[in-house]
Amino acid sequence: MTAASASRSLSTKGKPEVVLRLTGITKRFGPLLANDAISLTLHAGEVLALLGENGAGKTTLMNILFGHYVAEQGTIEVFGRPLPPGSPHAALEAGIGMVHQHFTLADNLSVLDNVAVGTESLWRLRSDRRASRTRLLELAQRFGLDVRPDALVADLSVGERQRVEILKALYRDARILILDEPTAVLTPQEAAGLFETLGRLTADGLAIVFISHKMNEVFAASDTVAVLRAGKLVATHATNSTDRAKLAELMVGRTVTPPAPLPLLAGDPVLDLSRVTVVSGHGQPLLDAVDLTVCRHQVVGIAGVSGNGQTALAELVSGLSAPDSGRVTIKGVGVERADPKAMVHRGVARIPEDRHSAGLVGAMTVWENLIGERYRDRAFSRFGILRRSAARTYAREVIKDFDVRCPGPDARTQLLSGGNMQKLILGRTLAYRPDLILASQPTRGLDIGAVSYVHGRLLEARAAGAGVLLISEDLDEILALADRIAVIHQARLTPLLPNGHVSIGQLGLLMAGHWDILPEILDAA
Amino acid sequence: MDIVATLLDTLISAAFWTAVLRIATPYVLGTLGELICERAGVLNLGIEGIMTLGAMAGWMTVYQGGGLWAGVLAAAACGALFGLLHAALTVPLGLSQHVTGIGVTLLGTSLSSFVYRLVLPQASTPPTIVPFQPLPLPGALAQTPLTYSALALVGGIAYVLYRTPVGLAVRMVGENPAAAEAQGLNVTALRVGAVMAGSALMALAGSFLTLSAFNAFFFNMVNGRGWICIALVVFASWRPGKALVGALLFAVFDALQVRLQQASGGVLPYQVFLMMPYLLSILALVLVARRASYPHALMVPYRKGER
Repeated sequence: MTAASASRSLSTKGKPEVVLRLTGITKRFGPLLANDAISLTLHAGEVLALLGENGAGKTTLMNILFGHYVAEQGTIEVFGRPLPPGSPHAALEAGIGMVHQHFTLADNLSVLDNVAVGTESLWRLRSDRRASRTRLLELAQRFGLDVRPDALVADLSVGERQRVEILKALYRDARILILDEPTAVLTPQEAAGLFETLGRLTADGLAIVFISHKMNEVFAASDTVAVLRAGKLVATHATNSTDRAKLAELMVGRTVTPPAPLPLLAGDPVLDLSRVTVVSGHGQPLLDAVDLTVCRHQVVGIAGVSGNGQTALAELVSGLSAPDSGRVTIKGVGVERADPKAMVHRGVARIPEDRHSAGLVGAMTVWENLIGERYRDRAFSRFGILRRSAARTYAREVIKDFDVRCPGPDARTQLLSGGNMQKLILGRTLAYRPDLILASQPTRGLDIGAVSYVHGRLLEARAAGAGVLLISEDLDEILALADRIAVIHQARLTPLLPNGHVSIGQLGLLMAGHWDILPEILDAA
Repeated sequence: MDIVATLLDTLISAAFWTAVLRIATPYVLGTLGELICERAGVLNLGIEGIMTLGAMAGWMTVYQGGGLWAGVLAAAACGALFGLLHAALTVPLGLSQHVTGIGVTLLGTSLSSFVYRLVLPQASTPPTIVPFQPLPLPGALAQTPLTYSALALVGGIAYVLYRTPVGLAVRMVGENPAAAEAQGLNVTALRVGAVMAGSALMALAGSFLTLSAFNAFFFNMVNGRGWICIALVVFASWRPGKALVGALLFAVFDALQVRLQQASGGVLPYQVFLMMPYLLSILALVLVARRASYPHALMVPYRKGER
């Protein structure tokens, strides 16, 4: 211990030791100021929630701490010693462990390999796998993190992968654990399990920083909350001395009003699936005897942990795939084969799950993207030649109507922010007054302002008579928008449950596969 | 029926299996070399040029008075150097691995010819050296030390990849470099090192041709063997043991076609037989490699801190 840190621990006698001190961290990405002179301290046994909207700079800050990025200004002190910048290796050595939002695990390797890699001297002639296994199992038992050392990571569930990530950090004696949006991929029950684990870790003296944009988690798990907005640290509070409304205001910089609930309307069915089964190339069912009806003036929400069949459902409704058995009907007419173009002309509009890869062509312009589905229409082409001026005029209208912030119709879409990309897609989707809107993860990665805009537009379309099939991993979004909710789990879909008669806890159980509670919910509704 | 009888006779003759092991050696070495590069996530299409360079460098060292093992070492060093070139362009700079690899192949083959002509401007019939001699062992075991080295390397590399920390680190870098970095590993160093080691093996494969199989250097002597090695890596599902099986299988086809060509007595054009090993390898590839699980980060450049 250095003289400086020795004197500090004397002066803070009685209080927990300061384990981490960030001072004046500043980081730019081109013109964007991602972190603006941020200073933070963290104590042993403390859970600090880093709260902020997408793009507020939370992940950037933690990536600087872990050495993935180098800050332009500012210093980091871990246990009283300065941390050399830009080196994950140094961060690990100093006792920092990070659980990334997108897990950094190699699918083709075993759990044990993923945990042990890089922990032994590279030039040892033989890996001591027995010792690694013993240590891993010991840690797993001590902190109640159940894992199978020899399983391939590819075969693990998301919750199991997260446990492996945490064990990876513990295996290296991490004393400071960073978790980046740890609950984004978990069911509510799995999230509760995670918070229990965090409790065991802090009892052991670890300090934890977790990044979140969800208010309920902050109150469920943290001691202190630091709010970031647009790269600046706007406030740090003891969690029990603040409340949701105050934090929301700090996070967004203004007061947020949730949309008023709409009256239930009824209409004719626009989409009907009857005993629909889709089988993958490997013979596994992607959708298993699914029944689903979406009516006009209705939002149907599909809740579930990703990878349970949502993609197959979206592809089916977009016309990218055809059912292997069962019947798909759009506005009373059966769908015989996979034909996305025919689906568009039958009034199905789509907001794709991944706006970068499936939604827009980044290297092409706004107007080219806007007429991508309709370039053969008389309005946009004649005798095989594009009518560019008509397309540009149309693009200007969409840009104005949907408030797309961009230099103009000739801007390349890759230069737009996520929110503006989504507005553009929304414009393309809604401009032709579709009968059915397929919205897959329509607000993923957007900030609160853009989210409420997208929600408002979807509800407008519902009021105008469209049916909306909303596929989302965000339960709050589903509960806010949907008239009816179905849960998808392992390719099967529950019956439609009326929103208001099912709790978030029940949805979580259904998402985890506990369908034995279904009769109870249906009886109550 | 003649052909079937020849086939049976051939398959039980020691001379046939001697030939199979000899033919297989450069494929074993080349495939192991490519396998190491690809396990670390770097496709090395420079293999054909690096093999040519190894063949030339090994031969030239011996021709200039060096010992046979000095030739082998010189070849490996040249290979590692060209591996460094390929790695420097593809790993820290992140250039296209395809284009860089083809460039390395063109450079390797033409530089070999250039150096050869620079040293021997007049030679019309290629000068010869005294190559490695087969060990005095019975039957098909009468192979040169290089063949035995190749067989030993199969086991050695399998051990390193699956039983040592550095092998695990190399595999991790080829599967998910971000994960490797998050574990404190140096992705760039590991990839560059793996490509250099793999390229050294490719050059060894080339040197076998001039120091063991033949005794002279010809410009086109590698003759597509490097490309076959790339297919063999896929056939082997990136596993050293299976790479040996694949190389032996290909050598069996190759040795068989020569003998069948002779036995057929001109009924079929000889090109049909020449084609056979390649056709059979494509067939084997289709049957075996469809479900191969490739290194997930193969051909994906890794740039630290990119967003």
